Order: sequence, then C-alpha cells, then structure tokens
Amino acid sequence: MSTTGLLSRSALLLGLISALALPWLLQALGAPFYISLAGRILVYAIAATSLNLVLGYGGMVSFGHAAFVGLGAYVTGVMISEGLLNGAAHLAATLAVTGLVALAIGAISLRTRGVYFIMITLAFAQMLFYLANSIKGYGGDEGLNIKQRSAIGFGLDLKDATTFYYLALAVLGASLVALARFVPSRLGRAVIAIRDDDQRAEALGFPALRLRLVVFVAAGMLGGVAGALAVNQQGYVSPNLLHWTQSGTLMVMVILGGVATLWGGVIGAAALLLLQEGLAAATQHWEFWTGWVLLAVVLFARNGLTGLALQAWSRMR
Amino acid sequence: MLSVLLIEQVLNGLQFGLMLFLLAAGLTLVFGVMDMINLAHGSLYMVGAFLAAWLVALTGSFVLGVLGAIGLTALFGMLLEVTLLRTLYARDHLSQVLATFALILILNDGVKMVFGTDLALSAPEALAGPVELMPGLSYPAYRLLILGVGFVLAALMYALVAKTRLGALVRAGASNRVMTEAMGVPVRQLFTVVFGIGAGLCAVAGALLGPLLAVQVGMGENILILAFVVIVIGGIGSIRGALIGAILVGCIDTLGRTLLQHLFREFLPPQWASAAGPAIASIAVYMFMAVVLAVKPQGLFPART
Amino acid sequence: MNTAPSPPSALLDVQRLSKRFGGVVATDRVDLQVRAGEVHALIGPNGAGKTSLVSQLAGQLAPDGGRIVFAGEDITRLSAHQRARRGLTRSFQITRLFKSFTVLEHLALALQAATGSSLRFWRPVGAELELFDHARALLPALGLDDLAGAATDQLSHGQRRALEVGMAVATRPRLVLLDEPMAGLGPDESLRMEQMIERLREQTTLLLIEHDVDAVFRLADRVSVLVSGQIIATGTPDVVRRDAQVIGAYLGQE
Repeated sequence: MSTTGLLSRSALLLGLISALALPWLLQALGAPFYISLAGRILVYAIAATSLNLVLGYGGMVSFGHAAFVGLGAYVTGVMISEGLLNGAAHLAATLAVTGLVALAIGAISLRTRGVYFIMITLAFAQMLFYLANSIKGYGGDEGLNIKQRSAIGFGLDLKDATTFYYLALAVLGASLVALARFVPSRLGRAVIAIRDDDQRAEALGFPALRLRLVVFVAAGMLGGVAGALAVNQQGYVSPNLLHWTQSGTLMVMVILGGVATLWGGVIGAAALLLLQEGLAAATQHWEFWTGWVLLAVVLFARNGLTGLALQAWSRMR
Repeated sequence: MLSVLLIEQVLNGLQFGLMLFLLAAGLTLVFGVMDMINLAHGSLYMVGAFLAAWLVALTGSFVLGVLGAIGLTALFGMLLEVTLLRTLYARDHLSQVLATFALILILNDGVKMVFGTDLALSAPEALAGPVELMPGLSYPAYRLLILGVGFVLAALMYALVAKTRLGALVRAGASNRVMTEAMGVPVRQLFTVVFGIGAGLCAVAGALLGPLLAVQVGMGENILILAFVVIVIGGIGSIRGALIGAILVGCIDTLGRTLLQHLFREFLPPQWASAAGPAIASIAVYMFMAVVLAVKPQGLFPART
Repeated sequence: MNTAPSPPSALLDVQRLSKRFGGVVATDRVDLQVRAGEVHALIGPNGAGKTSLVSQLAGQLAPDGGRIVFAGEDITRLSAHQRARRGLTRSFQITRLFKSFTVLEHLALALQAATGSSLRFWRPVGAELELFDHARALLPALGLDDLAGAATDQLSHGQRRALEVGMAVATRPRLVLLDEPMAGLGPDESLRMEQMIERLREQTTLLLIEHDVDAVFRLADRVSVLVSGQIIATGTPDVVRRDAQVIGAYLGQE
C-alpha cells in the first residue's frame, strides 16, 4: 500500500477510536457537558452529509433541504407527543413521509434547471415552513416541547447524552459507509456524469431525471433521519428547523467542509459548530466573527477545508 | 363595505409591491448583469433602514434623514462591491452563496453593535393622518407617499434602462458580458455603478417601509426571499419583469392575507380561519411562482435566452 | 396522419419532419431514409438547419410535426436516452466530455449505460472487469492507447474529438449520428478522423453531418443536401455533385 493509503487508513482508524472513546474521554476530563455538543455535531454532520449527496455529488443545488430535516423532526416529535414511542416506528414513518414528500417535490422541481431549480426547491421548503407554522395543535410558531424520547430497546434511554451520542455515531457511520460505496458504484458514476453534463449523459443512455430523482429522494430521507435524531437530542421541535436560513447553514457546512467529498459534511458541521461554540464563549459577537472566518474560507480555500487539507498534504510531500 | 376594504387592500398590495420592486430591481440587475447571487441584498435594505432611523433622529427631518440614508447606503454598496463582491463574479454560484451568507452574519451583528437591535422610525408628522380618497374611503397619507415615490422611481428606472445609454450598456451586459467588454465598455465601473444604484434603491425601500414594518436586525432575510421570488417570476435580468412580478407578488401576498382570512371566516370555524389565512397567503406566493415557472420556465420576461 | 410504410432496407425513416422556432422554419417537412449498413452524409450551407435536424433525430429536441421511424419502430416521442438504448446514438459538434472522469472511464460509462441497470449503488463499477476490458480494447482504434488514465484537460483537441466519437460508437449501436466530427481539426487530425470513420462503416450505419465536402464525397455512399430546412437532393455523390439545384444553392459557392 502506498504511503498515502497507509496514512489515510491509519488516520481513519485513529479517528474511529477517538470517536468511540470521546464520551469516556470527556468524562475523564471532567467536561461531560460537551457530550451533548458532540451529539449535536453528529446530527448536523448527518444532515450536511445528506445535503452533500444531493448537492455535491448530484449537482442539485437544493435550497430547501432543511425542510426534510424539519419534516423528520416533526413526524417523530408528533408521534412521541401522541404517545407512540417505538423508535422503529419513528424511523419507518420518517423514511416514508420524507421519501414521499421528496418524491413529489423532486418530480416537479427536477424538470427545471439552474437558479430556477434553486428557487423552486426553496419555494416548496417555505410552503412546508408556513404549514408547520400554522398547525396550532402542535405548537404552531412557538414550537413543541417533546418530553419523551424514541424507545430503541435494550433498556437504553436517549435522554442520556452518551447513549444518544453512540446512536448518532452509528447512524453517521452507516451513512458514510453507504456514501463511500455509492460514489464508485454504477449509480454514483452515472449521477456524477449527469452532474458534469446531463445532456451528454442522456445521449449515452442514462435516464437523467430518474437517476437524479433517486438521489434526491435518498438524500431527503437521510435528512429526515437527521431530523428524527435532532428532536430526540433537543427535546424540542419548531418551524425554524425548516426555515431557509437553516438550509443556508447546511449549505455553508457542505461548502466549508468540501463539496463532493466523503467527509465534507462531517468536517463542515464540526468546524462551523465548534467555531460558533468557541466564539460564543469568547465574545457576544460570535456571529460577526463567524462571518469573517467563513469569508476567509471562501476567498482563500477554494475547495473548502478538505481542499485546504489536501493542499497542505501535497505540499508536505 | 367590502368594496372599500378591497380597494384599500389593493392599494396596500400595490404599495408593498412597489417597495418590493425597489429591492428586486437591484437584485435582478446584479444577477442578470454580473451573474452573481447576492444573499446580502436584504442586508443593504436593513442598513438603509437603520441609517434612515438614525439620521432622522439626528437631523430631526424625515426628508433629510431618508436622503442621507440613500446616499450613504449607495456609497456603502459601492465600497462593498469594489472591495469584496468584485472578486466573487468569477466564482461559482455556491461560493457566492457562502460569501454573501457570511456577509449577512457580519452585517446583522455589525448593525447590532453600532445601532442596537432596533431603532424607532416614524412617519413624518405631516403625513400621520388619513386622506379621504372617495366618500367612505380613507387612506393613510404616508402610504400614499410610498405609492407616489414608488411610481416615480419605477418610471425612472424604466426610463433609465430603456432609454439611456447607461441602460443600454446594462442591458448589453446582461445579455452578453464578453461582447460588451470586447467593445471597450468599462464594464468594471459599470458594475460598481449598477451595484450602487441597487443599494440606493434598497435604502429607499428600507427607509420608507421602516415606519410600517419596524426597523430591526434581521429584517432583511424575509424580504430577500420575496425579492428572489419576484425576480424569478419576472425573469432574471428584466426590470419590466421585476416591476410586474413585484406588483403581482405584493398584491397576492397582501390580498391573500386579508381577503382569504375574511373568506375563511365566512366558511370555517374561527380558530381554523385565523390560522389558515396567513398560512395559505404565504404559500400562495410560492404556488404562484411554481405555476409561472411551469408555464414559462424562464420567467415572464427573460432578459437572457 | 401519414402512415406510409418504411422502405424495406431503411434503418432510419424520417417522414415529413417539421420544426419552427418562433417565425423561423428550421426543419421543413424533411423526408430522409438511411439504409442499413450505409454511410449517408448530410451536407448544406450554414444555417440550413443541420444541427436542429440531428437534435430531433437524437431526441434532444421535439419536432412540431412528422414521424421518425427507427428499425420499424416509431420513436418520435421517445427521449434521447431511450433512443440511445435502442441503438441510436449521436456525437456532438462541440466536444462534450465529463470533467470528473478519465479517458477510460468515459468509455466505461458509455458501456455501462447500454448494459444493465444504473440503479446499483453498492458494488463498485471497477469490479466489473469485463466492462473495463471491453473499454480498454476500444482505445487503440481511437488512437488513445496510452491515455487510459488521462484527465480530459490533458488531451489535445483531436484526442478529445476522438473520445467524443468513441463514446457514441463504444456500444456498437445500430445507427450513429456524427455531428461534424471533423469540426475544428487540423489536416493530420482530420485524416485520422476520416480513417476512423472509414473503419466504422464495417460495424455500423452512419448518418454523417459534415462541412468538409471533399471528405464527404470520399466517404459517403449517398448524400442528402439540406438547404433552408428542406432536402433538395438525395443520391450518390456523383449524382448529387452534378445536380443543378445543389450547385446553385450550395456547391456553386464553394
């Protein structure tokens, strides 16, 4: 195996071990309250990775992706508040609802291109946002407090930050494995070709609309799963989860981490959330400084943080 | 009674639409001519509103305050263009999204640091009362001012783009930038001017709507979305499209909110009506956009093919 | 409704095809037959509507009227990818390659599109050894032998053109629409392209749209002349080059 191969394998192993040991480490350092931050980062990492699938690899700039995350949160949150606590049922319902909604939105939106696609996905997301805002029965614009959690069996309680952390880690791990298998597969190759030049890909015989729709729906469903986890982590669901600025935040994470890279969503989510946490602790004006850091990244790190890391790596060799 | 309400709401819709046009005009020019997605356009609207509120309080004069705000915001816009935004023209849309999103964060907090989270701005004393347009129909004088200013600016913008040399250059730049540059037109300066005009228009809208909608941090985000919807409906790069799109959106939004509520109250139980009205009204604008795009995928009056 | 049956050996039968853009008639009731196994050339002055016609035949553009029958099947309403899977492919006048893929992967993509489903998302395509062996075997004929792993921006214009055509013919289609394959090529590269086309005639049927009239008259079995959206002559190269109308409308200007 080449040096790069060996090093990346070791890095991966090291990363995995650190991730698994993190809660224990934080406990040992006397900072257990950071475990829930880690959990939050994992949830955003899953959401950002799902966006990277549709935006980075699929080339579909969906400005309404937060709607799927919010939808998953609402489906799970509403089920819990109605007394249905079975985690498997939550997962099934989340996948079904987000899948169907993504299918409907995608079937219509994917007939447009460029900025019109961006706007139409945004429009649909805003519609869902206003819908969530108006359901008075489940909190309306004030949101809904969710007092219980999804029951995942084995006597595990998701209210415990460490338990939630490991569940989220498992889901993220599974998502990354699936993404890693997807990219070099037939579907992955076809979708990337369609992203590069959809007319040329069609001329070769690839059904562009159908394949894009498959990816759009898959990404929507994964986003929904992130939402289901989010409501379990925060114990709260509100229409703000669906607002276009949340879609913007997810997009920022993907761009920050590295568009169309396996770890882009994870790195971007971790970087942005840690940056925000760090700045918020230091100053009241953390939003101000976050903006400057992001600006610096756009201007000087064209391929996001992953790109920056790869550049640094190739310069060291 | 209903017809008076209807006329009132149409006037409100027209007024909101004209203000939306001021934002949309700048946005469509920047997108159409420079092919740049500028999410911070709404922030310029906010900056204009805050500057107006501050200057009005400082000078004691509404007119001076608003005019000062327009000038300062236009200058600020041009400064922004020359220092930062210019470097984004060559970048892809995603990078532009990230950069202008960052700009929103900086400007939101920046304004908060300088002015606080909100400022008071009220309509001038002379225009505080209503005007009787017809027997039985009273309309606030201030809103009539907005209508007037809106119409005048719309006419001016239209004349500028359609009749002047500057406008011709802008239109040429919108349809073919490379060609325009090859013909020796100082495209860089042109862009700066276009951006400055756009920023100035944002300030007009921000200052005039301030008394009605409250001057506060974050006021830009909501109206930005509507502005984007307007330019997509109208056709990117088209001032005419921005005007017609803005008036349509303004009316649908305003009429939707009030009339639908009225209608629903006739037929639905009260708690439904008060919830459904605003929800459907908000959705109505987006549904309208979806329908327009289904029939005319490039908007109503696309400037580029 | 025109239901005239296709002549027995017509692989592609175009019947009264029409298309207008606003006030401009791009395709004016075009009748065209391409026989199986032949090289049929389509020539005409600039603006005659050649590319519009090709786009309608390939499925990128929907005609306003008329029928397109391919191997006995009416394909007028079929999309481009459906036609490709039925063995009707095209190459583009302006080279369109996929910037994320290497030369070899381009050919693999073409082969992938024609075989099996692209919904498989777990197994890497690289594991389909047969597919990649087949792709590799296509490289020499395109003059791209040692460029298998090259990225698209490392290729010369001629090599890019070869790959563009290569993708269209990789799957042994029944009919290939070659849209000005020699566009922008220098004399050496043009010769290589001509030789490639000459080799192709044994494997498949070609509808060749070209500007280079000399090359066309060398390669083609039959020629059709398109002027202002109408076919004004069809026949063997000798017949066509002597046709008075053709000389008046097109060749006389050469």
